[in-house]
Amino acid sequence: MPNSNVNPERNIRVATLVSVGQHPKSGRTRRAGQDARAVELGLKMAGTASRLIHVGDMAEPALRQYLGMGLPQLSVLQAGPDADAVPALATHLDEQPADIVLTGVRAESGEASGMVPYLLAERLGWPLIPRIADIQTIDNGMAEVLQALPRGQRRLLRVPLPFVATVDNAAPEARQYAFGPSRRGNFAVSLANTTADDERQQWQELPAKPRPKRLNVVKAKSAADRFKAATAKPQGQGGKVIRDGTDREKAEAIMALLVAEGVVR
Amino acid sequence: MSDIIRRNPRNEWILRNRLHPQHDELTAGSGPVRGPTGLLRKNPHAVGFIGPNGIKRIDRSAGTQGGAGGLSLRARGRSAEAAPLPLHRVEQPDFYVAVVVDLAAGRLSNHDRDVLGQAHQLVKAQADQGAVVAIALGEIRDAAFDTTGADRLIHLTEVHGQPLTGYCPELKLAVLRAVDTELAPRYWLFPDSVHGGADLGARLGARLGERPAVQAWQVDAEQTVCRGGSHRTDWQRPTARLLLLAEECALPIDETRHEARPIELAAIPPVAPRIEDLGPVEVDPSKIALGEAEFILAAGNGIQDWGQFHRAATALGATEGASRVAVDDGNMPRFRQVGATGTWVTARVYIAVGISGAIQHLQGIGQCDKVVAINLDGGCDMIKRADLSVIGDSQGILGELLALAEARQNGTETPPVTANTREEERNVA
Repeated sequence: MPNSNVNPERNIRVATLVSVGQHPKSGRTRRAGQDARAVELGLKMAGTASRLIHVGDMAEPALRQYLGMGLPQLSVLQAGPDADAVPALATHLDEQPADIVLTGVRAESGEASGMVPYLLAERLGWPLIPRIADIQTIDNGMAEVLQALPRGQRRLLRVPLPFVATVDNAAPEARQYAFGPSRRGNFAVSLANTTADDERQQWQELPAKPRPKRLNVVKAKSAADRFKAATAKPQGQGGKVIRDGTDREKAEAIMALLVAEGVVR
Repeated sequence: MSDIIRRNPRNEWILRNRLHPQHDELTAGSGPVRGPTGLLRKNPHAVGFIGPNGIKRIDRSAGTQGGAGGLSLRARGRSAEAAPLPLHRVEQPDFYVAVVVDLAAGRLSNHDRDVLGQAHQLVKAQADQGAVVAIALGEIRDAAFDTTGADRLIHLTEVHGQPLTGYCPELKLAVLRAVDTELAPRYWLFPDSVHGGADLGARLGARLGERPAVQAWQVDAEQTVCRGGSHRTDWQRPTARLLLLAEECALPIDETRHEARPIELAAIPPVAPRIEDLGPVEVDPSKIALGEAEFILAAGNGIQDWGQFHRAATALGATEGASRVAVDDGNMPRFRQVGATGTWVTARVYIAVGISGAIQHLQGIGQCDKVVAINLDGGCDMIKRADLSVIGDSQGILGELLALAEARQNGTETPPVTANTREEERNVA
C-alpha cells in the first residue's frame, strides 16, 4: 500500500456527517465507529478546518465525543427524532458548500439503511464512493481514493471534486476523544426545515429475534436413502497425499495448487 | 376374427418345462402372458436378476435411486443421469422479478443463490405468472443460471464499448435503469453484500426514488422483516419494491431447472462515468487481518528455521499464521494464532507447515477452502483434513517453495515487497 502523507490542506473543504452511535451490547449512546473514522479522515485532509454536521438533537451527550477529537465546532441542524435528514443536509450544503462529504456506511441505531449518502449524492448531483479506506491525493480537482474491498484488498479510484464518500471500518482507527476539548467545543445550532418521515411511522420496531440456523435438510426419495443419510459418516474427502519424491517435486505440487487457486500471481 | 382366446397346449407345455430347448425363446420376448381364462399372468420367475454370487436378486425399490442394492453401480449411474430435474418454463410472463447477482469473481455465490430462491418465493405468492430475470453484469466464469433459478438472463460484458470490469457503478446503474423502463419489474432484488450488491441497490433506490428494505431477512408478499442498526432491532414493514436481502434469506432453488433464456435490451441510456477505476493496489499481506486473509501460511512446532518461514511468507505473498505451540514458545506474536483460542480464519488457501492438527486448530480452519499440509508425520490429523498433503521435512520443502516463488517473482517482474519494514514490524510485535 503506498503510504499517503497528505498534509492538511486548508483550501479543501471537508464536511463530515456524524450520527449518534450505540454500543452493540449495552445499547448506550456513543460516537458511531464509522463516523468517528470519517472524522479522523476529515482531520487528516483538512485539519481542524473540517466541519462536522449533525441532524438531530443538540442535547444528546454523545455528540460531545466528536468535539473531543479536537474540533472546535459542530453544526447541529435541530430536528426531531423522526425527521428526514436528507433535505436538511442538502440545504445546509447548498448554503455552506463542501468539496468532500464524508460519513459512515451505516448508522448504528434505527433503520440503518445506509441510504443518506446515496440520497444526498443524488440530490446534489455528486458522485459517491462507498467504503473508502483513505483519500490519498488531491490535485487539479481530482481525488485519488483508496476503496476497501473484502478480504483486506484495496482499489484505487479517481473521482472529481466535489464528491460524497462513506468510510469503511478499514479506514485508520479514530483517535481517542479527550474530555477538555469535548467541553470546550461548541454547537452551532440552526433550525432545520425537515419533514417527518411518515412512512416509517407505520413500521413496527421490535427487538432483534435470533435468526434461525439453516438446517441441512435431506431430500431423500426412499427409506433406504433417509437411513443412509442418518447413519452414514460424512465421507472424509481425504485429499492427495505425496509421500515419495524429492523436496523439489513436492514443492512444485504445492506451487501448482497455489497457482491454480490464483493466490500466487 | 373371433374373440375366443385359443390355447396352444404345446406352448403351454414348453413354458411349463424349463428344461425344454425352446423354453427361453417363448419366455423371452413374449410380453404379457394370458392365462386360460384371459387373465394377465405375471411370471414370478421372470423378475429379478442373478447377482454376482449366483443368487437371484429382486430389486423392489421401483427404480428409485440408491435402492436396496439391486442395481449395479453402472446401472445406478445411468438412472441418475436419466432423471434430469424438471424444467420450469414460463412462456408469457405477466410480470418480472429482477435479481441483480453479485457475480464476485465471475461465480454465483451462495448469497446470490439465496436471493434467486427468494425471487421464486415472491413469484409463487402472486396470483399471476411471473418470471425471474437474473441480471449478470460482467464476465461470467462459472455460473449455472439454469439450475439456480433464472427464467430469463440479461448478461452484459460491456456498455457503449466500455467493459463492465472493476468498479463501474454508473455503467451498471444505466443498465438497471434500462431494465426498469423495458421490463418494469414488480420487484428488484439485490444481495446486501460488500461485493457490490448493497452499493448498486442503494444507487438504484436513490435514482428511482424507491425506498429499499435493507438487510431484509424474512420476506413474503406482504411483510418484510429487516435487521436494524447494530443488529439490535428488527423492523417489520410492508414489502418494498426494492429489496436488499441479507444472507440466508431463503432456500436456494434445487428441484427445478430453468430456461435462463437471454433477453436483449433495446437501448441503454448514454452515460458519462465520473468515477475512474485505477485498478487494485498491492496490499502488504502482513497488514491484512488474519480473520479475513485469503491466503495464510501457518507455522507450528515443526518449524526450525523461522527466518526461512518469514521469507517464504513474504515471497509467496501470504499472511502469516501460527499454531498455539508456536505462539507459546514465543516464535510468533499472539495475534497470529489460529484456532479456538485465536482467530477463526476464512482463508481460501491455508498452508499448514509442521502443524499436526489439534482439534482446536482444526476448528479454527473449518471454513478454509483448500488446506495444504506439510508434515513429517503421515498419520496426523492435519493430513486427514488437508486437500493436498506432503510428507517430508518442512525445512527442505519450504526452502524449495521459497526458491520457486522467488524464481516466479523474478520471471514475472512483480514488485518486490520491502523486507526491511516487515522485519521491523515483526520485532516490534
